[in-house]
Amino acid sequence: MSRVLSYVEKDTWIHRLSGVTKLVFFLLWSITSMVSYDTRVLAVMLVLSVVIFKASKTSWKQVGSVFKFIMFFLCLNVLAIYIFSPEQGVKIYGTKHVLVSLAGNYDLTKEQLFYELNVILKYFTVIPAVLMFIVTTDPSEFAASLNKIGVSYYIGYAVAIALRYIPDVQDDYAKIKRAQEARGIEMSKKAKFMDRVKSIAAIIFPLIFSSMDRIDVVSNAMQLRGFGKNRRRTWYSAKPLKKNDWVALTFTVIFCVGAFIITFINGSRFYNPFV
Amino acid sequence: MKKLFGVKEVVAAGIGTAIFVALTQVQIPIAFIPNTSLQPRTALLAFFAAIFGPVVGGVIGLLGHALGDAIAYGSVWWSWVFPEALLGIVIGLFSSKFQIKEGGFKGKQVILFNIVQIAANALAWALLAPGLDILIYSEPVNKVFVQGMIAMISNIIVVGILGTLIGVAYTQIGAKAHSLTKED
Repeated sequence: MSRVLSYVEKDTWIHRLSGVTKLVFFLLWSITSMVSYDTRVLAVMLVLSVVIFKASKTSWKQVGSVFKFIMFFLCLNVLAIYIFSPEQGVKIYGTKHVLVSLAGNYDLTKEQLFYELNVILKYFTVIPAVLMFIVTTDPSEFAASLNKIGVSYYIGYAVAIALRYIPDVQDDYAKIKRAQEARGIEMSKKAKFMDRVKSIAAIIFPLIFSSMDRIDVVSNAMQLRGFGKNRRRTWYSAKPLKKNDWVALTFTVIFCVGAFIITFINGSRFYNPFV
Repeated sequence: MKKLFGVKEVVAAGIGTAIFVALTQVQIPIAFIPNTSLQPRTALLAFFAAIFGPVVGGVIGLLGHALGDAIAYGSVWWSWVFPEALLGIVIGLFSSKFQIKEGGFKGKQVILFNIVQIAANALAWALLAPGLDILIYSEPVNKVFVQGMIAMISNIIVVGILGTLIGVAYTQIGAKAHSLTKED
């Protein structure tokens, strides 16, 4: 289970920001890049993403394998869009500049390339933000931040438990897998399709049942300590908002509002260079 | 009166999400269509929703999918996160009917579970996911519907086989706790 992102403690200004700030940034940032198809906005966001990513001093080792994996899916997705809908760009931008004539409606058009460029840009604006959020936010502080922005502490605690137990469950998974392999169940990619389904079931069953026991143990322990008795609770790992947080928050809000205005000022989500 | 979101549900949602995230990497890819594969984690979601109800199902779907995608793929495809939550909520709404914990998950309940999961999967993947893809990402219509249909079919198969089997197996273990009868 090496291909997984996790929090790494470092000392940069991004690590020192409160989890609330980073959560708000992450949400607003991904919403903006989701909504906007404006190439200019996306390009600026891309540059900022890379700058922020650099500032977080995240090393390639931490994110490299995940990044390669995303690139693989990105390529598949871009190809699939072309195969299923080679005229999507023409439909959106309303003009048709053919670059290379191909059979059927598979003409390679400038519009299609431009549309797919936007799709790729969207990926690239979000990826650094997500990676940065995960590798710089302390999980328990993240739960505290959720509570701070108004989410019920029950949900906040569910998140904290989830983050706390992901490594444990992964450990269990690996242990059960090895045990089943020792019993002679083929787990590798060599096995046939149905055999693989069966072998996965052979891991999932013990994993789920042992987890059901764990749920009982943990919830009994929490009940004994009086969890849920009061309407509010305090958080050990919560960080108060400091000056830098307010600066970052203000910047994020202003930037996203600006991005929305620029995106929608010409009446649609798309920036059209063809007319 | 059982609380809809008590201590046990908090823990179930948390640990359920953890398993869901851990299982994100366990996939059996199908064919060429990107981002779709047989995902055992959906069976887990259905099982937890069927036992602990709609809130737990919704939380695991939403959080598990968003967190799992973020950790494993580094990007969150929001238009597929919400359908996952919807799936958990819809299955969870019928949780009291399945009687998995009470040891009564057989025959009629199994059929009901599968009817509900097929309806919920259809609603989530054939309707909501492509709809959101078009609305949020302006993706080509036929591409997202093909992806949606494949996701729907593969999830129905996974939940139908794996989810049902987990439920049946668990109901036999769980029954022990309730095999005592009250003495008059």
